[in-house]
This record gives sequence, structure tokens and C-alpha cells, in this order.
Amino acid sequence: MIEFVVNGRGVSVDADADTPLLWIIRDDVGLTGTKFGCGIGMCGACTVLVGGRATRSCITPVSDVAGTEITTIEGLDPNGDHPVQVAWRNISVPQCGYCQSGQIMQAVALLKDIPIPTDDDIDAVMTGNLCRCMTYNRIRKAVHEASQAMIGEKNSG
Amino acid sequence: MAEVLRLPKDPRSSADLTRRGFLVSMCATGAVFGFPSIANAAMNPEAPDGLPIEAVGAKYEPTIWYWIDTEGHVNVNIIRAEMGQHVGTAIARILADELGANWDDVHIDHVDSAAKWGTMVTGGSWSVWQSWPVYRQAGAAGRIALSEKAAQQWGIDPAQVTVKDGMVSGAGQKLSFGELVAMGLTRVFTEEELKQLPLKPHSDLTLVGRDVKALDIATKTTGHAIFGIDAKVDGMVYAAPIMPPTRYGSSITSIEDSAAKNIKGYRQTLKLDDPSETVQGWAMVVADTFWAAQKAARLVKVEWNAGDAAKVDEAAIQERGRSLIADEAKGAILDTGDTDVAPVFAKAASTLEAEYTTATVLHFQLEPVNATAYQAPDGVWMIDTGNQWQSLALPWLQKALGVGEGGVVMRTYLLGGGFGRRLNGDYAVPAALTSKALGGAPVKMILTRPQDAEFDSPRSPSVQNIRMAFDADNNVIAMDSAATAGWPTKAMIPAAMEKGVNGEMYDPFAADGIDHWYSVGAQRARVISNDLAESTFRPGWLRSVSPGWINWAIESFMSEAAAKLGQDPVAFRLAHLKAEGRNAGSAPNSVGGASRQANVLKRVADLSGYGKTKLPADTAIGIATTYGQSRSMPTWVGGAAQVHVDRKTGRVAVDKLWLVIDCGTVVDPNSAHAQCEGAALWGLSMALYEGTEIEHGLPSARNLDVYTPLRMIDTPEVVIEFVDSTEVPTGLGEPGTTVIAPAIGNAIFEAVGVRLRHLPITPAAVRAALEA
Repeated sequence: MIEFVVNGRGVSVDADADTPLLWIIRDDVGLTGTKFGCGIGMCGACTVLVGGRATRSCITPVSDVAGTEITTIEGLDPNGDHPVQVAWRNISVPQCGYCQSGQIMQAVALLKDIPIPTDDDIDAVMTGNLCRCMTYNRIRKAVHEASQAMIGEKNSG
Repeated sequence: MAEVLRLPKDPRSSADLTRRGFLVSMCATGAVFGFPSIANAAMNPEAPDGLPIEAVGAKYEPTIWYWIDTEGHVNVNIIRAEMGQHVGTAIARILADELGANWDDVHIDHVDSAAKWGTMVTGGSWSVWQSWPVYRQAGAAGRIALSEKAAQQWGIDPAQVTVKDGMVSGAGQKLSFGELVAMGLTRVFTEEELKQLPLKPHSDLTLVGRDVKALDIATKTTGHAIFGIDAKVDGMVYAAPIMPPTRYGSSITSIEDSAAKNIKGYRQTLKLDDPSETVQGWAMVVADTFWAAQKAARLVKVEWNAGDAAKVDEAAIQERGRSLIADEAKGAILDTGDTDVAPVFAKAASTLEAEYTTATVLHFQLEPVNATAYQAPDGVWMIDTGNQWQSLALPWLQKALGVGEGGVVMRTYLLGGGFGRRLNGDYAVPAALTSKALGGAPVKMILTRPQDAEFDSPRSPSVQNIRMAFDADNNVIAMDSAATAGWPTKAMIPAAMEKGVNGEMYDPFAADGIDHWYSVGAQRARVISNDLAESTFRPGWLRSVSPGWINWAIESFMSEAAAKLGQDPVAFRLAHLKAEGRNAGSAPNSVGGASRQANVLKRVADLSGYGKTKLPADTAIGIATTYGQSRSMPTWVGGAAQVHVDRKTGRVAVDKLWLVIDCGTVVDPNSAHAQCEGAALWGLSMALYEGTEIEHGLPSARNLDVYTPLRMIDTPEVVIEFVDSTEVPTGLGEPGTTVIAPAIGNAIFEAVGVRLRHLPITPAAVRAALEA
């Protein structure tokens, strides 16, 4: 049994140790917002937070996350109103939307590390997340907007 | 930590309450669903569970395209697939505007694949153009029925009634849509009546052209959007293909699965027998989980007799293209007026000739192709998948499953990228065959990324040869263009081919671009299908199809011709964009003809500062112009690219892109901008970063370690301007791609004086050109 926490709830899985975390999240836990894209960690569609760090779940064996806390796109905010999600909607970032869970999770991690990122910071971090619809310019803009919103929240809170 | 719940390893035991209880509580707002019924095959992208809204009380259906209930909900039926273009929002808005609905009351369903919806295809950038008249008429029908009902209630003339924001008013009184529906509305309209209905003047439209929030966006930010890969049916098993060495003609000689039997959850390996011949030589590994199927598939040994294409590579395909072009008897000649170029070339004072080529390009839509198939209790086969052309795939599926019309229903999920890949629903066939072999049990098949690339219907490699003849005064007197590639329409729907003036059939989607709007005197436009390409792989329609490769040639060549004559490339083009003769344009779709193309070209030259802006060394702006997809539905595009060339490395950096687009009426400004920006960046990606080669019959690059689409770090600013227009709305999904590669090629020429004639433009090719 491998035990860990997903979005605040404990889960216990009886799976082969080498099963990628992605498929446990999607097919066993049943949260399908995390996506399968390349299977080699190079597109970012499968990005989740493991202990707050952006992690490519398609190349992370489930045995590696035993005892950790995992956040998926569904667990960012109970109403889907995390400032990054709000910015994504305000700017109408998604086109097909398939990569956007991963983009959002990566952006959340980025803003935790660098609360006020420059364009270069955003490019350096987000370039690992492929968007085939090429929404990159809107993603960059939305990260800035989310950053401003989060700074505002912090100052007023 | 909350209570720990155990997940069973074997999904066959997943019906136990523990797991179901866990799933339900875990996903209270998520996507746990199974639809063993065809009654409910429509999907609503707005809802976290994908379920359409239910009508409250009576429903009034003025046409098949929508209903209104007693609460005033307006639920619009969309036959187009959602793949990022927010198409349902655009189409529903056209209807709602004409109806006079309140946008907050509007919802959409992506419908099932029943025959009543007519041809279901989402491609060609056709959706808004084709829907515009139909959904306006439908909206008008509802508006008139509501007006008449209200007028009757109030005893006034319907002409005194106004309909706005979901309310009907007249003679100082008001009734809501919902109240009128509750009173009982039954009026239906015949096709003829619909065509006669008065439509609002353009100036009265309030939703068209205004920004509203797309209905599909919110769920795409919360993880609740439901794509094909998320389909879930109770009791389903997973299938992992073992694919043959060639697309066609491979047959399995043996399957040996003893090692796989040690994998827990492994069930069996099937040899697929496909009456539709869509998949040839496929084996399918069936297991309880995706991972078990993958692990087992690596251990199953399959041997084949390989098809002939195992010996074919990209160079052979391109050589075949060149020899086809060299044979004057080959190919179809399009109707471009005077096509007799030979005597004009014979008397020319000078000529110019160049060859342009493009490499194989993958769709690489981020969601690998997948499908879930099962037989419903009533015997109908259900195919749950994202697809762009249900009407094309259904007959293949029927043949594969051995059933007739109505025997298969496709449930259209959101598409994790289409770009033309999912026009070809071939990937649904192996899932269906696997379910059939398992007696109709639910099967979910997901291709791995390398398999998706291997099984792609790529953009064919292409060869173009262009010649131009000039008189002694340097006037253009003739143009002779030939283009060859593998033709998707020939491979998949030959009935949609068209006939050239020489009686030969051609694929219009592999010819678009060659029958351009420049007046060049005698003009021959010849397109030839590359039979070696077509016997090696299944050529695909890829975002913009041939305007992506033919305009690369035409628009590079126009700048080469200008350079030969010592003329400015913008002025040279403008001199030949005359709205006269066959280039005058016609109502309703191409009013203004070549003058509208001239207009966007002039405007993009101004906007970008082309020829005026002082730029650093080895930096320049290049321009190009196209008519988007086809002469029958032109979207006029002017494009400019500013590039910097690093002479040492050969690397080309694109600093900025500009697009000026005349698509007639802009229905959905925000999405229009997004589509054009995405399309332009696709153009950039294909110009500099993408491309592979056929090797042993298959694309050689199959994952992101070697296939390298544009990333954020190389993404330039994109400036987009739409021409203010009230003409018929044409397409926007593809046209933005068509100008970028030639604009970049032309910019490189202006920056460092070398001409690149092959896509993608690699640093090595630039270095070689600079050193030559």
C-alpha cells in the first residue's frame, strides 16, 4: 500500500510501484483534470504540486510520493477561484484547454517562488509547458495579472 | 488527514461500494460518469459533469437548432466540435443576437451524431461562415414566433412588438420568453419559410462583434473540462496497441504473449481484423489499467510481414514529386482563365524559375488520439471521443463493426487540440474493433505519444515549382505553377475531389493557394498527387492544408520576382492585385476581390513600418499576403515578420509579427484574436521549429525530445488588426498560418541577402546559404 494525500484527503493505493502518479490520479483517484501529453515530462500537461513543488506526474513513480501531499488542479481552490485561475478566465487564456491545468499548476508554483516575476522569469519557467494552441502571450499576461492580485491580497490581508 | 480510503488494484472489483463511495466523495464536482445510453449523447462544455441543461416545463423548438423553456433558457444545438476556437459561443451568439435573447440565458450542447444534424464537420475554417445564415434564420424564426404570440395576447399588430434581452414588449406591456413559452408556443417553420424570414440589419446586432465570455472557458481552468481521454464507462478495460511497421500492407505473422502473462491485470492480446482496412496489422493488448496494458505491450512479441513502405524515405517521396512535376502530362490544371502558358514563355524576354519544398509536419495535438467504445444495451455502438468529422468516420466505423446506418453513435467530447488531426477519425476504429472482439464490452484505447506520431496523418512533404515570364519591359506576362504532395482528400474522401479544366480530378484542399488573386497574364496552376506519399502514409489535413505549403512557394517567389526586377516587393504585389476579370470578386463571399487583398497588404506594410523603420544590422521585416483558405471563402491576410539572423550560428530569431486580416464581419472579437494569434504562431513554429522526415515509411521524430514545436521563450509579440467590415464572415482558424513562413523567408532575404527555399528553415540551412 502506498499512502499519500491528494487535495487534503488521504488515499491508499495498491498499485505497482512503478505506476506513474498521473494514472493513479486520473484512473484510481478519478481526478481527470491532470492530463497526459508526452509521457516523458517534456510537455507539462501532467503537472501537479508535490509538497508544493511543480512535478511532472507522468514520469513520477507512485512509490516516490508515499507520504507526500499532492495538489491537483481540482484542489487549488474549492470554487476554482485561485488568483491564477481567475486571471486565466479574465484574460480568456484557454483555447482547447488541454494543457491549461498543467500551465496553471506551473504558474502557481512559479508565483510561490517568484511573487513578482519579470517576463524573462516567466519565459524561463513556463517554457517547459507546451501549449499547442500557442496561447503563450496570454499566459504571460495572466501570470502578471495573477501576481498583482496575489500581492494585493497579501497587502490587504 | 481525513480518513484513508483504499483503492482496489483490480478495477474488475471496482463496483464495490468502497471505491464508488470514494470516487463520489472525491469528485463531488468532478467528472465521474458513465453513459451506457445513447439517449444522452450530447455534451455541454459549461458543466463540470458535461451534462446538458434540462428544460424546465414545456420546450419550444422553432427549428432543430435550439429550444426555449418556460424559464427562458435558450439552449443551442452545436454540430461543430470544440477544440479551442470557442465555436459554440460564436455560433450561439449569432442565433441569440437575431433572436433577441439575453446572453446570460444562453447555453449550448455539442450534439450526438444523429443523421438529422446533416453533415458534421469542423474544419476548413468553415464553421462560422456556414452557420451564419442558418443560425440567423433560426434566431429570426423564434423572434417572429414570440412576437406573434405576444401580439396575439395584447391584440396588437406583431409589427408593433420589439424583442430584446429575452423580453418581448409592445403597447406598454412586457412578457418574458419563458412566460410566452409557458403559454404554449407551437409554430414551426418550413425550410422555405426560414429562407424568407426578415433578418436584422447589421446595425441592430448587439452580440455579434462584442466581447462575451466564452462558455467553454471556465471549466478549462478548473480541471473539469471533459476531453475524450477523460471518457469513463463503468467496467471499461484499457487497450494498448502494438502498431505495425508501416501504415499500410503489414500483416501479423505471430503473436507471443507468454512474458506478458506475469503482468498483473493483463488479459489478452488481440489480432485486429478490420473490414474497413483502416488499421492493418494491429495487435491490441487488453488489460485492467492503462499502465498494465502498457507494461504488457512491451512484453508481447509480434512479428509482421512488413508493407512495401518500409523501404520508403522522405528523399524518395520528394524525388517522386520532382519527377511528377517534370512530366507535363501529369496532374490537374485549375481553371485560371488562359492556361496556355507555353507560347508566352516561348516569346518571353526573360524568365525566373524556382523550386520550394516543405518537410513532413506532425499535428502533435497535445491530447494523443484515443477513443472509448462499447455496445449499449439496445445494440447501438457508442464511440466516445473527440472528433472533427463525424460524418466521415461513421461509415468507417459501421463497416468495421459490420452494422448499417444508425448502428454507431459518436459522442463528441472536447478535443485536446484538433488542428485537422481529428478530421480523420481513424483512431476510433481500433477501439471499436477491440470492443467488438470483447463482445461489446467497454474499451478505452489511448495511444502513447510516439504511437500518436507514428499513426498521425501528417502534412505531406511537398515540392513546388514556379516559373514566371517577363517581356522586354519587365512586365509579367505569364506564370506557371506546379505543386505536388500527398492528398488527404484523395486518401479519405475522394468524392470531394474536383475536376480540373483538363478533366483530371484534384484535391481542392491540396490546391488552395495556387489559384491566387494576382493578375499575371497567362496562368497555369497544376496540382499533382504524390502517389508514393499516398502509398506510404495517410496524408492529413493540417491547419490550413495546402495554403501552408503553396503560399510558402508563391509568396517567396513573388518577392524573388520583385528582386529580379529591382522592385519593392510590396509595390510589385500591389501592381498585380487588381480587382478585375476573374479577380474582381463576387457576392456574397468575395466582394471586392483582389482589392481587399491589396488593402490588407498596404495596411500591414504601414502598421509594421516595413521599409521605413530603421533596424539593427542583420535585422529586417519581410512581408507576405494570402487569401487564407480558398477562393470560394477568402479571408484576406497581410502578414509581416521582423527577424534577426545570427550570421555565426544561422539562428533566426523572430522579434515581432503583424497580421492585418479582413474576414468580413468579426463575430467574436476575443476568440478571433486568439485564433489568429495561435495560427500565426503555428506558422512560425512550422517555419522554424517543427518538421520531421519519413524514415522507413514512418515519421522519424515522435516525441518532444526530437520534435520541437514553438515554446514560450521563442514567442514574439503578435500584433493583429481586423479590417472593419460588414461583409459575410469568413474563416479564422487557419488563415493566420498562411503568411508567416513566407514573411519570415522574405525577411531573412532582406536581412542577410540569402534566399531559403525549404521548410523548416534550420540554422544549418541558413549557415550553408550564408557560406555559399
